[in-house]
Amino acid sequence: MINSTDKNRRKFMATTLQSVGLTALGGMLWSGYSDEVKAAPLVLRPPGALKEDDFLKACIKCGLCAEACVNRDSNKNKDGSRRDGTIQMAKGGDHVLIGTPFFVPTETPCYMCDDIPCVPVCPSGALDMTSLLGKDGELDINKSEMGLAIVHKESCIAYWGIQCDACYRACPIQGEAITVEHRQNERTGKHAFLLPIVHSDVCTGCGLCEKACVTEKPAIFVLPREYAMGRAGDHYVKGWDKKDQHRVKNAKEIHTQDERSEKKPVDYLNIGVEY
Amino acid sequence: MKNIKYLLLRRMTQFVILFLYFGANAYGWHMLEGTFGSSRLFGFIPLADPYTTLQVLSTGFVLGADVLLGTLIVVLFYMIVGGRAFCSWVCPINMVTDLANWLRRKLNLDREEVNYRFIKRRARYWIMILGLIVSAIIGVASFEILSPITIMQRGIVFGFGAGIAVVVAIFLFDLFGVKNGWCGHLCPLGATYSLIGKTSIIRVDHDHEACTNCMKCKVVCPENQVLHMINKESIMVTDAECTNCGRCIDVCDDDALGFNIRNFTKSSKK
Repeated sequence: MINSTDKNRRKFMATTLQSVGLTALGGMLWSGYSDEVKAAPLVLRPPGALKEDDFLKACIKCGLCAEACVNRDSNKNKDGSRRDGTIQMAKGGDHVLIGTPFFVPTETPCYMCDDIPCVPVCPSGALDMTSLLGKDGELDINKSEMGLAIVHKESCIAYWGIQCDACYRACPIQGEAITVEHRQNERTGKHAFLLPIVHSDVCTGCGLCEKACVTEKPAIFVLPREYAMGRAGDHYVKGWDKKDQHRVKNAKEIHTQDERSEKKPVDYLNIGVEY
Repeated sequence: MKNIKYLLLRRMTQFVILFLYFGANAYGWHMLEGTFGSSRLFGFIPLADPYTTLQVLSTGFVLGADVLLGTLIVVLFYMIVGGRAFCSWVCPINMVTDLANWLRRKLNLDREEVNYRFIKRRARYWIMILGLIVSAIIGVASFEILSPITIMQRGIVFGFGAGIAVVVAIFLFDLFGVKNGWCGHLCPLGATYSLIGKTSIIRVDHDHEACTNCMKCKVVCPENQVLHMINKESIMVTDAECTNCGRCIDVCDDDALGFNIRNFTKSSKK
């Protein structure tokens, strides 16, 4: 006969095991889902946003930035009617982590308000005000790095030789973020190409150029900087530029030893060459 | 009118709060801005959701002072008013689950109910802890990505999109699945407010001399395990899961229930 304490103990063990098991199951499903939904790399965040990984941790999804954006005084169409805000709060179906703020330049680009209403209201620190402070301690929207505009040469009609400077004119940091390069059009022999060139050290990624672009699908478009930029790394340095040499100050020497290393580089290059 | 007094008061509170949030975005009002995650009252008093704050902190991100202060204010408020007063007086999902519950009673689903015993009422506390662990591992506030509460609230303020599906899912779950399934078994935010409100001062008081044992209160109560004293003892409802919704007071024809200030000396003596 099984006594009752034994029975109770078995029941306790079984229910404990069940609880732990179900918790583990739930935890794995939940973790998997969380990890999937936060992977939306090609999304543009408001000015001053932390790096995407930190931003996703920090954003408390309150929407104060979006409310400040849509209700700013300057947010009016020419006829005085209210314009949509730049910042949208991600809804189900947007394929952006739900509840986080983002913007789509082709719908409403960032108009780069001088007073940056969206950033100081952020209570959590996901939009970092200190990253936008200029030397004088004033907010400077030109310091924001929301993204970087990229020109697709093959669909840009200026590269075809047709005169268009819509992006250049739309740019709020005109003449600095986008400059126009003149080049001779050898096809006609008597015309010039007026080519838009984006400068990544100035461009904020506001998207006004993308909105202004005249082609059916914009030939100039904003991508998150992480995705739009390459990196030369420590192997290459501008020998003529002191600043660039400073960049590789902490580079470490990498010494690779393999079969090829036994021979001199010249020998290696000349293997199999017959004169 | 008497038997829906608190129900009407609650609905009014819920609608007014949601409307103020809506107006902050739509008309630029500065009464109550933001969403539950973090809000500003009258343009300067910070408010923040304690469970969201815990989730963000457990991802390892050190939150701004506004959120921390806001959390403190909210915690102190509900420690006094009754932790789960948030659930029944503020939370928009409460309207959805109350509707599901009401339909359940009208459709007699309660009687025919299949008993899903594998979901226990204490599951919410596990989910609450699990949410913090998942937040820490994945690096994102894990309940906020599926919370029907904030999805519904943001839906009302900023537009729903496909997020409406989550709200419908909760409705169907409570109607055809488990009775009081979401609010009474799963919701980790409710669990958090239960813990916060453990010592809260405003509570439902029971007078068992007046009680005629009609059990209307137990039928209507979304957490009816807290009403264990009905017609047995004249004590207060001190269980943390009570949402202070006041429906039991509404439906009681005998004046055996009513809000009262908690008497700590009396309740400890029993």
